[in-house]
Amino acid sequence: MNTRTRGTDVPVPHLAESLVSATVGKWLKQPGDYVNQYDVLCELITDKVNTEMPSPVEGVLLEILVQEGETAAVGASICRIEEPGSAGEEGASLTGGHGAAGAAVLSSGAEDAGGEGSMRSRFSPAVLTLAGEHGIDLSQVNGTGLGGRITRKDVLAYLEAGKPVRKPALAPSPAAGTTPAPAPAPAAAPMAKATEQVRTTGIHLSEHPPIPKVEVEGGNEREYYIDVTPIRNTIASRMRQSVTEIPHAWTMIEVDVTNLVTLRNKLKDEFIRKEGVNLTYLAFLLKAVVNAIKDYPIMNSVWAVDKIIVKRDINISLAVGTEDSVLVPVIKKADQKNIAGLAREIDELGRKGRSGKLTADDMVGGTFTVNNTGSFGSILSYPIINYPQAAILTFESIVKKPVVIHDMIAVRSMVNLCLSLDHRILDGVICGRFLQRVKENLEGFNAETKLY
Amino acid sequence: MAVITYLEGIRSAMQEEMERDATVFVLGEDVGKGGVLNATKGLRDQFGEERVLDTPLAESAIAGAAIGAAMYGMRPIAEMQFADFILPATNQIISEAAKIRYRSNGDWNCPVVIRAPYGATGGSALYHSQCPESVFFGTPGLKIVAPSDPYDAKGLMKAAIRDEDPVLFFEHKKCYLSITEDVPEDDYIVPIGKAKVKREGTDITVISYGLTVHYALKAAEELSKEGISVHVLDLRTLQPLDKDAILEAVRKTGKVLIIHEDNKTGGVGAEVSALISEELFFELDAPIMRLCGPDIPAVGMAPTIEKFFLLNPDKAKEAMRTLALI
Repeated sequence: MNTRTRGTDVPVPHLAESLVSATVGKWLKQPGDYVNQYDVLCELITDKVNTEMPSPVEGVLLEILVQEGETAAVGASICRIEEPGSAGEEGASLTGGHGAAGAAVLSSGAEDAGGEGSMRSRFSPAVLTLAGEHGIDLSQVNGTGLGGRITRKDVLAYLEAGKPVRKPALAPSPAAGTTPAPAPAPAAAPMAKATEQVRTTGIHLSEHPPIPKVEVEGGNEREYYIDVTPIRNTIASRMRQSVTEIPHAWTMIEVDVTNLVTLRNKLKDEFIRKEGVNLTYLAFLLKAVVNAIKDYPIMNSVWAVDKIIVKRDINISLAVGTEDSVLVPVIKKADQKNIAGLAREIDELGRKGRSGKLTADDMVGGTFTVNNTGSFGSILSYPIINYPQAAILTFESIVKKPVVIHDMIAVRSMVNLCLSLDHRILDGVICGRFLQRVKENLEGFNAETKLY
Repeated sequence: MAVITYLEGIRSAMQEEMERDATVFVLGEDVGKGGVLNATKGLRDQFGEERVLDTPLAESAIAGAAIGAAMYGMRPIAEMQFADFILPATNQIISEAAKIRYRSNGDWNCPVVIRAPYGATGGSALYHSQCPESVFFGTPGLKIVAPSDPYDAKGLMKAAIRDEDPVLFFEHKKCYLSITEDVPEDDYIVPIGKAKVKREGTDITVISYGLTVHYALKAAEELSKEGISVHVLDLRTLQPLDKDAILEAVRKTGKVLIIHEDNKTGGVGAEVSALISEELFFELDAPIMRLCGPDIPAVGMAPTIEKFFLLNPDKAKEAMRTLALI
C-alpha cells in the first residue's frame, strides 16, 4: 500500500477513542537491527493505555524518528524500516499517499492544456457577467484554465492590464511550465480525460455558446465585421435546428378577400375611434386560421418521435420583425378571442416587440405560427417552421388582380397564403383541407360579420 | 490567555455558566464521573450530584427530561454519549423542543442545549463515528452549531446555554484533544448564526465546518506553495446558516468547494450549494463542488475501508487543486 522508495514509515497507530498522540517509552530495537513482523519495536505511553508497539513489517530498522520521551501524533512516523527487496531506489519521499499521484496527473494536464482546447469557448456565468459589464471581446482574452478555459481571474487580469495578453508560445515546449514538466506523450492522455469530464448538460446550447455583445473591430478595405448579438445567435441556432430536424414541405393557396376588404373599410374608422387600435386584416386572418385549426387540430401539434402531441390550447405565435431581428410573441388561447380582441392583442404585441419590451412570458407556449409577410410587400414566401411546432402560415400582400368568375373577368382583391409543414406529422391532403377551410373562412367574411 | 484544547473549551464554558447561573445543570450517561469522553470531568465535585445528573441509558428520556426542565425555567445541558445514539431522542428534539414555541404561540420556550459528540476518530466503526447533523438540519425551530476550534467551542457553548431556544451542539470528537488554541480568560460569547473566515484567499473558496475545516486549512497551506490561494470559511453554525458570509466568501473567488464529513446526499453542502446557485449563479466561475463522505451507511472497521471512507488533508488538497485548475 505504501510506495516509499526507501524504507517504510511506521506510524503511531490509533490506540483508542479520542486519542490523538502517544509518547514513545523505551526503544527495544536500534538502527541496524533486523526486525521480524510483530516484533516489539518500542513502548508507547498514552493517557489511557501503555502498550508495546509491534512492527507492522519485516526488515532492517533504518532510522528512529521519535526519540524516547518524545510525543508523536497518531499517524506520524516514529521510525523507518527497509523491507527486503525494496532497497536501492533513490529519492526518499516523506509526503504523499494515494492522493499525490492523481493530483500530479491533474496539474500536468492543465499545464499542457495551453493549446486552444475544447474549453476555450465554454464561458462561466461569472466570465460572461464580467464581459457584459465591461464590454470585453472574449476572443481577445487569454485562457489559463483547464483546456484553455477563460477563468474569472483571466478576465480580471485582462481588465487590469487594459490590453490583450495572448499567451506566449502555445505549448510548443511543455518545459516552459513552472512545475517540472512531464514527458509530453504520457501527459496527452490524462489531459484529454480531464477536459471531458467537466460538464455534460445543455446538449443543444453547448454547441452554440452564447456570444456576448462585442465591439465591431477588424476587417479591411474590402470587408468589415458586425457583431453577432445574442439574439442573432439565438435566431441562427433555432433556424438551423428547425431546418435540420424538420423535413419541411410547402404549399400555397390563393384567396379572394374582396368582401373582407369592403368589410374592413366600412369598420376601420369607427373601430379606431372606439378602440384606439387599428383594425388590421391580420386580425381577420387569425380568426380564420384559429377556426380552421379547431376543425383540424392536428395542425396544432408537436412531433415527439414515439408520438405526436396535439395541443388543446391554440396559442398563436405572431412573427414581429424589427430592423435586425425577428421575435415571435404569443397570443395565448387565441381560440377564445373575437376579432376585436385579436386586433387588440396584435397591436399590443407589435408595439412591445418594436420597442423591445417583450418579456419571456410573452414568448412561450406558442403552438402555431402566423407571419404577416404581406406587411413588407411579399407575395410569396417559404417560411421556416417555428421549432418545434408543426406548421407556419404566411399572409402575403393583398393585390388587385383580374380574375375569371363565371367565365367573366373581374377585378378582385386577391391574397396568397403560404404554408410550411412538418412532413413527419402532416401530409398534403390534411394541409390542403386546412388551407381550404382557412380560405372558406376568409371568403366568408362579409358585411354581416360581427367583430365582437 | 491560556492554551486549551477543544474539549477544555467546552468543559470550561459549562463550568463557567454553571457558576454564573444556578439554573444551568448537566445530565447524561455517566456524566458524574466525567462522561466517557471527559467533557464533564470535575463538575460533580464542584457542583454536586444534583446539578450533574447521571441518567439511565435512554436518550429519549435524557432529552425529554431536559426539554421539560427547560420549559419550566431551568437551563439544562443534555449529553448524548455519542451522536450516533441521538436517534432515540429525535422525536423529543424534533417534535417537542423544536416546535414548542410555535405550537404555544410564544407562551412556552425551551432553552435546552443538547450536546452530541460526532464524527469519526478512526478505529471506532459505525456506532461511534457517525455524523447525524443532516437528520436535524432541515428542522425549523432548532439551532445547530458545530464549532471547529477551542475559541468557538467555548464561545458557542456559552451562547447556546444562554439562548432562549433549543440548540443542538455538535462537537467533533477528533477535535477534542487534537485542536488547541490560545483562548481569552474573560467571559465572551460567539454569536450563533455567524460564520468565520479562517483564511483569506483569492483563487478558490472552501466552505466547511468541524474537523474538515482543519483539513482544508492544512491543504490550503500546502497549496499556497503551488501558488494557489485558498479562502476558507468555517460555517460554525449550521442552522441558521450565515447566508451573507457564505455569499461574500463565494463572491471573492467565484469558485467554491464545500467539504464535510457527513455523507454527500442531503447534507449541509447540498443546501449551501443550492443557496449559492440561487443567489450567485451569475458570479460563479466553475461548477459548485462538494467533497463529502460517501453515501455508505457508515464507516467500516477495517483500516482499508476506513481510509477509503474518511476524508483527510490529501483528499481535500486534491479536490481543491482540481477546482483551482478548472
